Amino acid sequence: MRTIAFSKRTALEVLRDPLNIVFGLGFPIVLLILLSAIQANVPVELFAIESLAPGMTVFGLSFITLFSATLISKDSESALFARLMTTPLTASDFIIGYTVPLLPLALAQSAVCYAFSLVLNLKFDVWILIAILFNIPTAIVFISIGLLCGSVLNSKQVGGICGALLTNLTAWFSGIWFDLELVGGAFKKIAELLPFYHAVELQRAVVSQNLELAGEHLIWVCGYAVVLLCLAIAVFVARKRRA
Amino acid sequence: MEIIKINGLTKKYKDVVAVNGLSLSVQKGELFSLLGVNGAGKTTTIKMLTCLAKPTEGDAIVCSKSIINEADDVKKHIAVSPQETAVAPNLSVEENLRFICGIHGFTKDVSNERIAQITQRLSLSGIMKKKEGKLSGGWQRRLSIAMALLSDPEVLFLDEPTLGLDVIARSELWDVISELKGKTTVILTTHYMEEAERLSDRVGIMKDGHLLCVGTPDEIKAFAGKDDFEDAFISIVKGERA
Repeated sequence: MRTIAFSKRTALEVLRDPLNIVFGLGFPIVLLILLSAIQANVPVELFAIESLAPGMTVFGLSFITLFSATLISKDSESALFARLMTTPLTASDFIIGYTVPLLPLALAQSAVCYAFSLVLNLKFDVWILIAILFNIPTAIVFISIGLLCGSVLNSKQVGGICGALLTNLTAWFSGIWFDLELVGGAFKKIAELLPFYHAVELQRAVVSQNLELAGEHLIWVCGYAVVLLCLAIAVFVARKRRA
Repeated sequence: MEIIKINGLTKKYKDVVAVNGLSLSVQKGELFSLLGVNGAGKTTTIKMLTCLAKPTEGDAIVCSKSIINEADDVKKHIAVSPQETAVAPNLSVEENLRFICGIHGFTKDVSNERIAQITQRLSLSGIMKKKEGKLSGGWQRRLSIAMALLSDPEVLFLDEPTLGLDVIARSELWDVISELKGKTTVILTTHYMEEAERLSDRVGIMKDGHLLCVGTPDEIKAFAGKDDFEDAFISIVKGERA
């Protein structure tokens, strides 16, 4: 009951912030339109909708980090948090309440991205629906980063680090905007060590029904999801105890 | 019956001693005010009693439970209305009330009953659909206190509840707080002497983390040898009487 109440509040706070809707849904859709227009005039394989749409669903998820980190950091600075800390809410109530409601939001965001891509001539098949489900571990990666950043940063820092830095890192190291082979070297190696590239390739592999390749990338993403979630929980609990 | 028993409570932040060896008892149903200038240790004392900060030394028994060893049990019996308005900004008044009911694990029927009671008691019915940003400062504080009262706490901590409110809003909140006397134990911190004198059964005056004196407003005036409560407070804090 306590967790449900807290989760509901998290969902309402996120959904009722118009900036979240603009950035979470509007921005990826605008980019889809823009890059598809470029593709129409100057064909680039990377911007073909079959390649672009999966990447855009992952890029969109980077905004989930911003939403969750902003909410948690603002809460931590607020008197509401002090009030909640004097109630029977436990650390696990807080963690579940901050993370679980973002999962359906993340999947809904991926679904909207794919649905809009259908308008831009992405051919529908059931693998698109499966690909949305394969974004769950990626969503956990981004939600965990949000929980982590929200626990250790103030709301101003969250704006800079999650709003600017993380979204750019996701874009650069994921291979959505440019082929990592073109840069090569250390940049490509770093990209391959981070979860963003594997998250995008996982989506592309599922959409193209290459399950063997999908499995390889899934291991990376799931590994990051588990490690980041455990780390975020440990840091959140430590911060809560110290408060 | 003692509902709060504080024994040598101390809080140190590095070299600063925010609260120094505080010992005090509060009776059930009493409205006890903590007075002091900025930095006296009032808010730190509230933070320790509400399990938001761990004491460096000492302990306090709140509702028969230790704030150090049984913090989770203490939290079941208390509620806090912090200094700043503590409400969820994007939720309406009704949603905020339901949120707190859910946090306390109330069923839907119990929630409806509690919300109906508190809405009537604090005259909130006209603003139930409004969000926090659309409420005046007075209504925000009223909502904040309503959220604290929803769980029907044995002890309610009000940290400067009327700070920054206009005269009318303050007077209305005084009426709300007065109604709690005898039913709920209230620990109030305030900078307003008139508020403390009018509402409190007893007052404790703090300075630099120390409790300088405790008594009814009349006892405080007699202790300081002053007819006016504010003069008595100034005299005690300045050390003219002590």
